Amino acid sequence: MKIITAVVKPHRLDEIKEALQAFGVHGLTVTEASGYGRQRGHTEVYRGAEYTVDLVPKIRIEVLTEDADADELIEVIVKAARTGKIGDGKVWSLPVDTAVRVRTGERGPDAL
Amino acid sequence: MAAGLMTLAADTPTLDSGSTAFMLLSAALVLIMTPGLAFFYGGMVRVKSVLNMLMMSFIAIGIVTILWTLYGFSLAFHTNSAFIGDFSWFGMRNIGITELWPGYSIPIYVFAVFQLMFAIITPALISGALADRVKFTAWSLFIALWVTIVYFPVAHMVWSSDGFLYKHGVIDFAGGTAVHINAGAAALGVILVIRKRVGFKRDPFRPHNLPLVMLGAGLLWFGWFGFNAGSWLGSDGVAAVAFTNTQVATAAAMLGWLIYERLRHGSFTTLGAASGAVSGLVAITPSCGSVSPLGAIVVGVVAGVGCAAAVGLKYKFGFDDSLDVVGVHMVGGIIGSLIIGFLATGGVGQTAKGVFYGGGFTQLWKQFLGVGVVLFYSLIVSAILAFIIDKTMGFTVSEDTEVAGIDQAEHAETGYDFAGVGGAARAVFSSLDGTSDTKKVDA
Repeated sequence: MKIITAVVKPHRLDEIKEALQAFGVHGLTVTEASGYGRQRGHTEVYRGAEYTVDLVPKIRIEVLTEDADADELIEVIVKAARTGKIGDGKVWSLPVDTAVRVRTGERGPDAL
Repeated sequence: MAAGLMTLAADTPTLDSGSTAFMLLSAALVLIMTPGLAFFYGGMVRVKSVLNMLMMSFIAIGIVTILWTLYGFSLAFHTNSAFIGDFSWFGMRNIGITELWPGYSIPIYVFAVFQLMFAIITPALISGALADRVKFTAWSLFIALWVTIVYFPVAHMVWSSDGFLYKHGVIDFAGGTAVHINAGAAALGVILVIRKRVGFKRDPFRPHNLPLVMLGAGLLWFGWFGFNAGSWLGSDGVAAVAFTNTQVATAAAMLGWLIYERLRHGSFTTLGAASGAVSGLVAITPSCGSVSPLGAIVVGVVAGVGCAAAVGLKYKFGFDDSLDVVGVHMVGGIIGSLIIGFLATGGVGQTAKGVFYGGGFTQLWKQFLGVGVVLFYSLIVSAILAFIIDKTMGFTVSEDTEVAGIDQAEHAETGYDFAGVGGAARAVFSSLDGTSDTKKVDA
């Protein structure tokens, strides 16, 4: 199994959700996050005082998947998240030892 | 304000129900400015001190109302000397309900309650400069002492018919000196004594809720019609001109501030619109009974641009005027008070003419005197007062408390319920009914 993590622009969430549902993903976890990559932050001005805001709002999406689906799933997320502008975010995957469905106690791919 | 005295004194006035009704409503309008100010300031602070900021204004309503009833009105407005009244009206005694304010067609009681609202908002204005860092008890004590030894005498000097500045011919229609320069100079005096906010000039102090700032500015603008037009103490054409000038100068100042910051910093900001409007309201306060509506446009533009430039001074000189009380109220008050010396037409509420209307420099010098006396008296006395409070009970909270958030430390509350992980509240019933909360949970 693998866990796929995507840190992307918040306004792409709906597109990504729909694309994942269409692909057949049954569950995901979304958290609000903040950070920056190459685009860095932005500048705000309050009564002439300039503030740089380094960390910009992002969302972090996590999806557990079987190994075979991982590459294709990453493609689905990347396609749905892309706007072509700087700050679109990153997607990566990591191997997962095990997973348990809390209600039934099922383990491994059955728990997905 | 009481310049109408001269014109009306010839005939002995009788009670006018129109003016009385207008003045009672104006008093209520001036009251709403203090909650408006609380929102205006409250939105500008960080999320951890919004409640403290609101409370600093609301407590002024409580404390000043009681002091005004006890001795404040008497000290400020009973005629006795050039500098301060006496205790003849202590507890509002010896004021007949049918007795009229000398020279006007409204009862003394109406004048007293209208003036009370001015005495409330003036110390509340100071609070913006002290945001995030003062003890609530120290602030409460400061208000009580400050209105007693600064506001009441200054109001007497400026507005009482035997007041030293009033008799000298200084024009302050609704409070450019007595309210705004007074509060702004006091703010400067206090912040020169107490410590700065943790992280001043290093950390960003982003306003946490700009919609609240806009709401507050709107309430201030609305209430200010009572403040300015009401200061004529009657409902007639002069009150209408004061009302018009208030609207015109405020609009012009908002535009002035916005254009200045667009050229200087690149954007039209909501904080700029709100601040510009308030700077215009401040500047037209002393001058709304002297200038024409065209003059009011000039007052507004000068105030909007002047105050927008002045708010940067705190970084240059290193005084932590948190929400720019000095930059907006002191500078705006000075602009509005001095500009009378140039733009007074002599044909509205007052007969004195400014430089541009053939009156020469006489009125301008008088205005300088009024500005200087109020500014230095308030600055020095407020600094001494703050110094004494700081050395005895301590004016500010500890830096740890400030960083953690003054709302929780001083008020045991949080402004907004963002119940995150571990942040959700749990009731402790023992403090309500004496049973222990573990028992309550078991049940």
